[in-house]
Amino acid sequence: MGKRSVVPFGPQHPVLPEPVHLDLVIEDEKIVEAVPSIGFVHRGLESLIAKKDYNEMVYVAERTCGICSFMHGMAYVESIESIMNVEVPDRAKFLRTIWAEMSRIHSHLLWLGLLADAFGYESLFYQCWRIRENVLDLIELSTGGRVIFSVNKVGGVIKDMDSDMLAHFLRELDKIEEEIREIQKTFLLDYSVETRLKGVGYLSKQQAHDLGCVGPFGRASGLPSDTRTRGYEAYPQIDFEPIVSEIGDSYARCECRILELYQSIDIIRQAIAKIPDGELSVQVKGNPDGEVFTRVEQPRGEAIYYVKGEGKANLNRLRIRTPTFANLPGLCETLKGADYADVPILILTIDPCISCTER
Amino acid sequence: MAKVKESPWVLHYDGSSCNGCDIEVLASLTPVYDAERFGVVNTGDPLQADILLITGGINTQNLSVVKQLYDQMPRPKVVVAVGTCACTGGIFKECYNILGGADKAVPVDIYVPGCAARPQSIIDGIVQAVELFQKRSDEHDAAVAAAKSGTQAK
Repeated sequence: MGKRSVVPFGPQHPVLPEPVHLDLVIEDEKIVEAVPSIGFVHRGLESLIAKKDYNEMVYVAERTCGICSFMHGMAYVESIESIMNVEVPDRAKFLRTIWAEMSRIHSHLLWLGLLADAFGYESLFYQCWRIRENVLDLIELSTGGRVIFSVNKVGGVIKDMDSDMLAHFLRELDKIEEEIREIQKTFLLDYSVETRLKGVGYLSKQQAHDLGCVGPFGRASGLPSDTRTRGYEAYPQIDFEPIVSEIGDSYARCECRILELYQSIDIIRQAIAKIPDGELSVQVKGNPDGEVFTRVEQPRGEAIYYVKGEGKANLNRLRIRTPTFANLPGLCETLKGADYADVPILILTIDPCISCTER
Repeated sequence: MAKVKESPWVLHYDGSSCNGCDIEVLASLTPVYDAERFGVVNTGDPLQADILLITGGINTQNLSVVKQLYDQMPRPKVVVAVGTCACTGGIFKECYNILGGADKAVPVDIYVPGCAARPQSIIDGIVQAVELFQKRSDEHDAAVAAAKSGTQAK
């Protein structure tokens, strides 16, 4: 038994694009306990409901997080639509599904790049981000924005995609899929990568369930939780199965996310094949009166929106529970007993998004 | 110091941004945009950094962190505020926890607007920062040389 010491990790740290602080209690090189402290990115955007009306809040909700921005906006407008009983046109639902899955692809590629950087494969990091740029080009082509694309509104979407653009999407997605297959070889078959990921940060199915883990982090431990199966937007008309692995280590989390890339591409193909013609949005009149819980599956897992309105233009209450917040207890559990050198990789495997967490 | 212009090192800190500008800062350092062709290197160490990129506004908790990072950087240094939030507080300006733009904590030299700021404009901001940095380091060199010759004359 060595002497216990506390090593601070963050808030500014080379491996973290965002600030989070962890106090790591270590004995020799083993971690005994990890105590997270958050609040460096807290803005208090939920309180903006007092100053902005429910239509303007769409843009605030989208800026909860820059990576899953579209899905935050989608969850928010879906909440308002279900309070006000607005029936969104089918075409808008399919377009939302396509953009949501595009966001998932770009988020997972971003994460794969950061992981590659964490285990020291810099050119692999660059390859992932190069492929991600192709995805962003498609998003920019269809929406006009790269990371925050503001195409949602209460009652539908603002922009349409014509058949030429959808055909272009299919062609480009084929190329992107081909390129993902190339990088997949390194992530899943390379000996050095396996030694860094296999058996590192094990979390059992029971632990994942008890700690309330969500998203790919929970699914890699065998929790079959995927909110898309709840059937919002166009997902009921699309055939897919949640990707679940029973292994529960960092390698499984990496594998889950790579398989989800193919799944997302498949979902987009199905959505493009089935997309109906029609209106993009319906007119919405009046103010929301009532309360609702909405759950959507973001790249990092399940996000919950609670919205309450009292028939005024300003909402009464907005509460956002984001996936990283649900995964932090799981992260602290996997850190216990880990080597100090594995800390960056373990923090990355939950795909932390601090700005969502702290809002 | 004459050659610093060819390889400025950049330190990036996320104030309280929504992450959109952060991933665009990273995107401008990776292929396609590739700020490294100007010799820009992303570092995690404030002691070796020349240019500080701040994204997002300043809140009560990160105020001291930003100030500390700025103080740790060696002179001369240049600060670039990336994104509307870092310039003024942006959409979050009215939030109870936001004090304002990056200039509430440290003196900002270059403002890059945009929500989220595009990689092209971020790179433009960095290039302008490099020129300013070169000017400041030349002045610094001249001051040091003047001080030296002054002591020799005595």
